[in-house]
Amino acid sequence: MTMPIEAIIFYFFAAILVGAALAVISVRNSVYAALFLVLAFFTSAGIWMLLEAEFLAITLVLVYVGAVMVLFLFVVMMLDIKVEPLKAGFARYLPVGAIVALVMAAEMFLVLGAKHFGMERFPVPQPNPLGYSNTEELGRVLYTEYYYPFEIAAVILLVAIVAAIALTLRKRPETKFQDPALQIQVRKEDRLRIVKMDAEKRADQ
Amino acid sequence: MIITLSHFLILGAILFCIALAGIFLNRKNVIILLMAIELMLLAVNMNFVAFSRYLGNTDGQVFVFFILTVAAAEAAIGLAILVTVFRNRRTIDVEELDALKG
Amino acid sequence: MENIYLTIVLAPLFGAIVAGLFGRQIGRAGAHWITILGVGLSCVLSLNVLWQFITGEAEVYNQTVYTWLASGSFNFEVGFMVDTLTAVMMSVVTFVSLMVHIYTIGYMHDDPGYQRFFSYIALFTFSMLMLVMANNFVQLFFGWEAVGLVSYLLIGFWFKKETAIFANMKAFLVNRVGDLGFLLGIGCVLYFFGSLDYATVFAAAPSHANDTMTLFAGHEWSAMTVICILLFIGAMGKSAQAPLHVWLPDSMEGPTPISALIHAATMVTAGIFMVARMSPLFELSETALSFVLVIGATTALFTGLIGIVQNDIKRVVAYSTLSQLGYMTVALGASAYSAAIFHLMTHAFFKALLFLGAGSVIIAMHHKQDMREMGGLKKYMPITFITAWIGTVALVGVPFTSGFFSKDAIIEAVHHASRAGSGYAYACVLIGVLITALYSFRLLYLTFHGKERMDEHTRSHLHESPWVVTVPLVLLAIPSLFIGYFTVEPILFGGFFDGAIVVNAAHDPLLALGEDFHGPAAFALHGFTQWPFFLLLTGFGLATWIYMFRPDIADTIKARFKPIWTILDKKYGFDEFNQAVFGRGTVFLGRFLSKHGDQQIIDGLVVNGSARAVGWFSSVLRHVQSGYLYHYAFATILGLIALVTAFVLMGREGL
Repeated sequence: MTMPIEAIIFYFFAAILVGAALAVISVRNSVYAALFLVLAFFTSAGIWMLLEAEFLAITLVLVYVGAVMVLFLFVVMMLDIKVEPLKAGFARYLPVGAIVALVMAAEMFLVLGAKHFGMERFPVPQPNPLGYSNTEELGRVLYTEYYYPFEIAAVILLVAIVAAIALTLRKRPETKFQDPALQIQVRKEDRLRIVKMDAEKRADQ
Repeated sequence: MIITLSHFLILGAILFCIALAGIFLNRKNVIILLMAIELMLLAVNMNFVAFSRYLGNTDGQVFVFFILTVAAAEAAIGLAILVTVFRNRRTIDVEELDALKG
Repeated sequence: MENIYLTIVLAPLFGAIVAGLFGRQIGRAGAHWITILGVGLSCVLSLNVLWQFITGEAEVYNQTVYTWLASGSFNFEVGFMVDTLTAVMMSVVTFVSLMVHIYTIGYMHDDPGYQRFFSYIALFTFSMLMLVMANNFVQLFFGWEAVGLVSYLLIGFWFKKETAIFANMKAFLVNRVGDLGFLLGIGCVLYFFGSLDYATVFAAAPSHANDTMTLFAGHEWSAMTVICILLFIGAMGKSAQAPLHVWLPDSMEGPTPISALIHAATMVTAGIFMVARMSPLFELSETALSFVLVIGATTALFTGLIGIVQNDIKRVVAYSTLSQLGYMTVALGASAYSAAIFHLMTHAFFKALLFLGAGSVIIAMHHKQDMREMGGLKKYMPITFITAWIGTVALVGVPFTSGFFSKDAIIEAVHHASRAGSGYAYACVLIGVLITALYSFRLLYLTFHGKERMDEHTRSHLHESPWVVTVPLVLLAIPSLFIGYFTVEPILFGGFFDGAIVVNAAHDPLLALGEDFHGPAAFALHGFTQWPFFLLLTGFGLATWIYMFRPDIADTIKARFKPIWTILDKKYGFDEFNQAVFGRGTVFLGRFLSKHGDQQIIDGLVVNGSARAVGWFSSVLRHVQSGYLYHYAFATILGLIALVTAFVLMGREGL
């Protein structure tokens, strides 16, 4: 049985992806979980390459691995979380969770199996010709047909930034800082008191 | 042995179910919950990209693009809330966050 | 013409709106000027229209002015149908209304509700015009209800007076009974004819003459009879026919101009007018006409009898009105529609005159209405005295007065009629003449002649009413005397109403009567030799002997005939019966329903019960709301699994 190179690549990445995903939900340490998630993203990017979605694959790595996952790691490390109690009950819920997941998976197999989405209905498309740019194609659609949604997405991101900052920003009364506005408002009377008094003799005279 | 659309969809389904189990099993750790949600979104994106490829339509990729955007925003805000919750309650245990209980 | 008709209708409405809504701004004088101008304008135009019909210039007008709403195949429209019948009604209504407007200036002079009163009576004129000018049943019903409403408002005009509130409630409720029949009748018309337009219905009527309907299994009824009797029940309410007459005497609680305008001259004639208008339908049902005849005859005689024992001056006139309405109804029942309308017209003049005369007396007596405290007023108020005499001779039907022509025509028509009940009706109307004379002259003698029985204070203030009161009296007295002489020939025998009123020639009593008619003068002279005149003389003689020369004898008679007197004084017990059976019964039923139906079933079971059910259900359901995020997530997942399962099971063959 010969395997085409695509199949080999697919199964390779898929195996790593599933393994990494399982690890994400089962490891004790959140830092490891985040790192396994990074691995899952990397392998997904590989599979997307196989699907000829180069731009999105790169974006996934850049945005998710580069930004979102770093954010996760930041938070995990910043918060002083005790690892032990967080995993309590994992074993207790494992049977129920596994059953639910298996039922779900079984049903999805039934729906998504080869019968409905196999070769006959969806033949493998021809590879894109040389010189075809996925980025260019995506950009063309994004900046014409989906221009307004694109703008809205930008606004959503802005709102997310503002919201995240507004949520986490806090005043620490113990921190000392300068207020330039108060500084320049200071007048002479606030700092200096002129006292008039008689000249005094030296005691020894 | 040819890789069909079904393969990609089933991979997405497996990912989704793992994430589902993750939400179910991790009752203590909000961070893992958020990660499981990211996994779910990844599974959805997988489907979009696969359909986009097999139907020869770029629109699916545009959707993935938007989902990435929204997911990033969601992660940012989710983590911000998490930080705030932790500051106030000194815990990220989901079972202790039951102020909503009637 | 459309603009003229619109102006006739809308001018009083405009006056009513201005006087009603801006009464405070325009003041008392402004209120009476604007309404009098509005009603005067429509009076002049109406008379002009009538004149054009008399000279033959005007065509019958039947047009839709405005389509209110369209539902399926038929439309609710506002439209005018103006023919000779309408023209006469319009003229009578607006003329009497105008007189009453002017008279009101004097009568309501000191009343704080001056502007409100003018607004109401102008609104009433508008409603009545809408009623008579309608070209379809819906608009007729609108006018019908509108006059009922204004009547309610006006009877209860002095709304701080307990009896007035009771009276207006009574009028409204009794009219509701009639209106129910009327509405059912209109519904039947729509059911059988598929249209509510007069012209369409009347044109189709002969072809439906033999339709039958089944209300109760096994009983087939003629559709025409059912429709006509239902419509006539409406007329019984509005025109106060027994046993729905009880509201009219009580409505005398309202100010006197209203008694004159509504309860003598216009509103109560709406029923008469309606039946005359529906003559193409009524002619098809002998049974319905007999019913009309008997009801009318009963009302004519027995309400007149009550009038003899009343002491309130207005109530005597009110019972007289009931009796005269009975005469008109008898004429309708005898197929002498023209005679009914003729009597309606003459009656409008002399009854309005009598009412306004009574009002003038009441003004002089400082709003005392008991005739036992009057007497000898003739030397204090000569104009009122003379006009009251004129009204009375017209009412009792002295030959050559207008009342004679119309009433005699009715009596003769009944005499010639040959339908079931006409013998009874003839007897009733003949005795009615005697009774009419008796109570009318009794009123005159007690009020204007004999000893002065009022107290010193009142006597010292007695004087004739101001000119705004006496001028309408004089203006009404003229047609009361003469209009019959000039109009009897065209209206009764000249075919003035041809086209507007349809009578089957086979049983038209006026046709038979017309053969012996040789001009009004001969008719009147012939009247001197007839039974009604002798009965009238007998009544006059009796009244004169008892109340003029032997006042003491009245009490003796009263004592001798105590049982009869009691029955009459109690008005045959209609009020007591209604109070005990309908009033109490309704209250009991209402209480029963309110306690068991409303409080227990609706409030207890449905409202509070459903609230309790929700409370119980949510107390169970709240356990689902644990507040734990993963419980909600789990619920979501379960839902998702259920959805996918459904998809797998049902969508297998699809996709």
